Amino acid sequence: MATLTVPGARRALPGLLRSRPAAKLLTLAVAAVILVPLLDSRWGSGHWPHALTVSLTGPLGDASDWVMNNRDTHPVFLYFFGHISNAVVLCVRGVYLALLAMGWVGVTVLGALVAWRVAGVKLAAGTAVAFLACGALGMWLPTMQTLALMVAAVLASVAVGVLLGLAAGLSDRLDRALRPVLDTMQVLPAFAYLLPVVLVFGIGVPAAVLATVVYAAPPMARLTALGLRGADPEVLEAVRSLGATPRQRLLTARIPLARKELLLGLNQTIMMALSMAVIASVIGAGGLGDRVYQALGSVDVGAALAAGIPIVLLAIVLDRVTGAAGRAADDTGESRRALWLLALAGTAVAAVVARLLGRAEWPSGATLNIAEPVNHAVNWMTAHLYSGVPVIGGTADWAAHFTTWMLDPLRDGLRALPWWSVLLIVAALAWLIGTWRTALTATLAMAAIGVLGVWDSSLDTLSQVLAAVAVTLVLGIATGIAAARSDRVDRMLRPVLDVFQTMPQFVYLIPVVALFGVGRAPAVVAAVVYALPAVVRITAQGLRQVDPAALESARSLGATGRQQLWQVQLPLARRSLLLAVNQGVVLVLAVVIIGGLVGAGALGYDVAFGLAQGDLATGLVAGAAIVCLGLMLDRVTQPTGRRTKKGA
Amino acid sequence: MRLRTTLSVSVAAASALALLTGCGAADMTKQASPFANAGGAKSMTLSVQSWVGAQSNVAVAKYLLEHELGYRVDTVQVDEIPAWDALSQGRVDALLEDWSHPEQEKRYVHDKKTVSYAGGLGVTGHIGWFVPTYFAKQHPDITDWKNLNKYASQFRTAESGGKGQIMDGSPAYVTHDKALVKNLKLNYQVVFAGSEAAQITQIKQFAKEKKPFLSYWYTPQWLFKKVPMTEVKLPPYKEGCDTDTAKITCAYPKTPLRKFLNADFARSGGQAAAFLKKFQWTTEDQNEVSLMIAEQKLSPEDAAKKWVDAHPEKWKRWLP
Repeated sequence: MATLTVPGARRALPGLLRSRPAAKLLTLAVAAVILVPLLDSRWGSGHWPHALTVSLTGPLGDASDWVMNNRDTHPVFLYFFGHISNAVVLCVRGVYLALLAMGWVGVTVLGALVAWRVAGVKLAAGTAVAFLACGALGMWLPTMQTLALMVAAVLASVAVGVLLGLAAGLSDRLDRALRPVLDTMQVLPAFAYLLPVVLVFGIGVPAAVLATVVYAAPPMARLTALGLRGADPEVLEAVRSLGATPRQRLLTARIPLARKELLLGLNQTIMMALSMAVIASVIGAGGLGDRVYQALGSVDVGAALAAGIPIVLLAIVLDRVTGAAGRAADDTGESRRALWLLALAGTAVAAVVARLLGRAEWPSGATLNIAEPVNHAVNWMTAHLYSGVPVIGGTADWAAHFTTWMLDPLRDGLRALPWWSVLLIVAALAWLIGTWRTALTATLAMAAIGVLGVWDSSLDTLSQVLAAVAVTLVLGIATGIAAARSDRVDRMLRPVLDVFQTMPQFVYLIPVVALFGVGRAPAVVAAVVYALPAVVRITAQGLRQVDPAALESARSLGATGRQQLWQVQLPLARRSLLLAVNQGVVLVLAVVIIGGLVGAGALGYDVAFGLAQGDLATGLVAGAAIVCLGLMLDRVTQPTGRRTKKGA
Repeated sequence: MRLRTTLSVSVAAASALALLTGCGAADMTKQASPFANAGGAKSMTLSVQSWVGAQSNVAVAKYLLEHELGYRVDTVQVDEIPAWDALSQGRVDALLEDWSHPEQEKRYVHDKKTVSYAGGLGVTGHIGWFVPTYFAKQHPDITDWKNLNKYASQFRTAESGGKGQIMDGSPAYVTHDKALVKNLKLNYQVVFAGSEAAQITQIKQFAKEKKPFLSYWYTPQWLFKKVPMTEVKLPPYKEGCDTDTAKITCAYPKTPLRKFLNADFARSGGQAAAFLKKFQWTTEDQNEVSLMIAEQKLSPEDAAKKWVDAHPEKWKRWLP
């Protein structure tokens, strides 16, 4: 997928705090010695003290009732939210009707021609094949619905993102104010904020689109700001000397110069919107995501895969095409306009011809049934691997062992820690790796979880996250090292990683349950599958970027391959490895929550429960706790001076 | 991709919106799906719940609406309670299998009048605790709840700690199991499978190995044909014994399942609304279709076609 990192402006830190782990720890120790006896005598150790919790059940229940009772009559809804909702519906509908009017021939031809103009013949062929595959899998209409949804969501995200990015790019003060907001938006697991949107807009497309915007706008904003700030000062000076007004400077120099970043932002926004299109099916988004979700309902992995493949194909095509557009952003020529017009004309001709021939709709006979063979394969696999495999034991045994030997001790251990010591550990970790600000955010986030009264289930979720991250890192870094050292492994891995990263989690939840049983273990497995690609990619990229001169000198000193790896490459790639840890944590958290659907319990189940029962109090509190957990984990693992983005 | 077209389309859509709704109030009870009525087709939207029985109702209704009455039917998967809200807003037109939600019914049918009752489905639902029949045959006394503690150790799993496991399903389901376990002083841990799909998958894996298990489950359900299960008798249900859900000590009631329509659709939905009001079949009918979908892995459409072809005498009565 696209580049995973967004190099941000480095923060200027007071030198005193910068590199003195011992001083930091000492400060904390002193604070602990003074505070802990106080806290302990006042509220005791062990679980989060009840006196320090605030129950939101009452007010949240009232709020939800108020919305339900007033949504059809209150002016806020009639004159504000209602119009937003209608605008989204109209926009999605407009695109959907346009796509239907073009017919499958028109859409395929247009897709191929655009890919050809932007990225060359190879991608054009790939795009055409991808669209035809969507049709052949019997998913043409859902694919068009998802595309319509995506277009609306991406347009809105880009609009929001560019506005925020302009503000942050042009004003230092707004930049400082927006940065934590964007940071926060990026570490929130999407599942957590479906509920508030549903409350206001109800189940359906508008809620899905707006939830997607929250999720997908930040990279656009961040990259826009980055592009504007990075504009070559000499060019700007030249423009200024020509007497351009600030507005002219912005439109004629700064924005065109930031084109590359803008296109990269578009790329990342599209990828995130697509991954959200599936999660949003839980709140009635329709399209491919809904097909995957419905297939999950009838325990039909084959059908889920048939709807999941078009999502993967769309993601890969969109990623490659927008990625190519970003790389080609520098050479712009006027003569190309004619070719664009030609492409559009070609589309129109193809669409009209197909319509005249009565071929506007995908021929109903021309579909491929992959569900049956896939289900056979899955059944065979689960029947033979679940239990009774000689020597190594079945997957069910592994899951049981993993639960008893790893998850249980971890959970019980976390719960046995006195509440204040958890806060202290969080503070120490965050401070060691970051600044006192990050430490404060992390500690406050953890404390907020206690105040919300979900300390126990949050620690349960945390234990699952930690276990999954451990597995992900071991597997991911090992694979990443292999990929960095051999081009062949790298090439072979690339498509596999693409699929892992873009395949909707709902597709593999059922095989995972069939292999590992209901419980926390399958949730951990699903999370590992999802988070692995990012860790592998970042590790491989980091190792490859290690200064060749350093390696060369190590080699000339007679270091063996192993020594080179351990003593040169890995230490020099430390920054990338830290980033890999951070990404692993954030991605694992996002999926462990979906594990609530396969028996992982804890916060994920509570959010799902809130959504299913319309129980705002349970759902929102759990959602807020997830958000806090995400913030805390991000701060604790976030390499200083470097911002990261969620997913890809 | 296709940025230009979509841009112009969305600009057109946005200006149309400005013209249409610029100053008036938006009606939150008329929020149809953007995919409805595309290309001039008569269309409607049915809500599907995650269990297979609900998928069967929808599959057959959809098939007949499309092939006999000429509608285009969209389906959206929504759990029951959110489906009530979606019905009220007009995002879906019908909910074909409701397992009794008095609070929702009061709010939407009686107070707001945005949802209307559309008759019974003809199927009666019942929730209970079940063990596999192969286990009940070996230990006949398991069918009384009083003996459950005796067997707790046999129902132990990695997830249930030292206690026996009773497996609950989707968060969408009506359940008092946590309270029941506590109030009946059972040495069991409720483990939530999180979705019906996960629960079915796990039950099948248990059954394959002939392992004992105790599960929240319900009738009508196609899985009984694949994994025969026997109900564990809980203290009998009496009217009103479930009013205080925290103190509950009785079994679940038998619930005649019912259909609900969006009120506007019920009034002016033409043939589709008339058809859905008449739609009524039996537990056996529903299971027949469910089994085809879930076990033979037919697509819901193919399963519906098979049932429709085999039982013309049943559905002919539903046509307006």
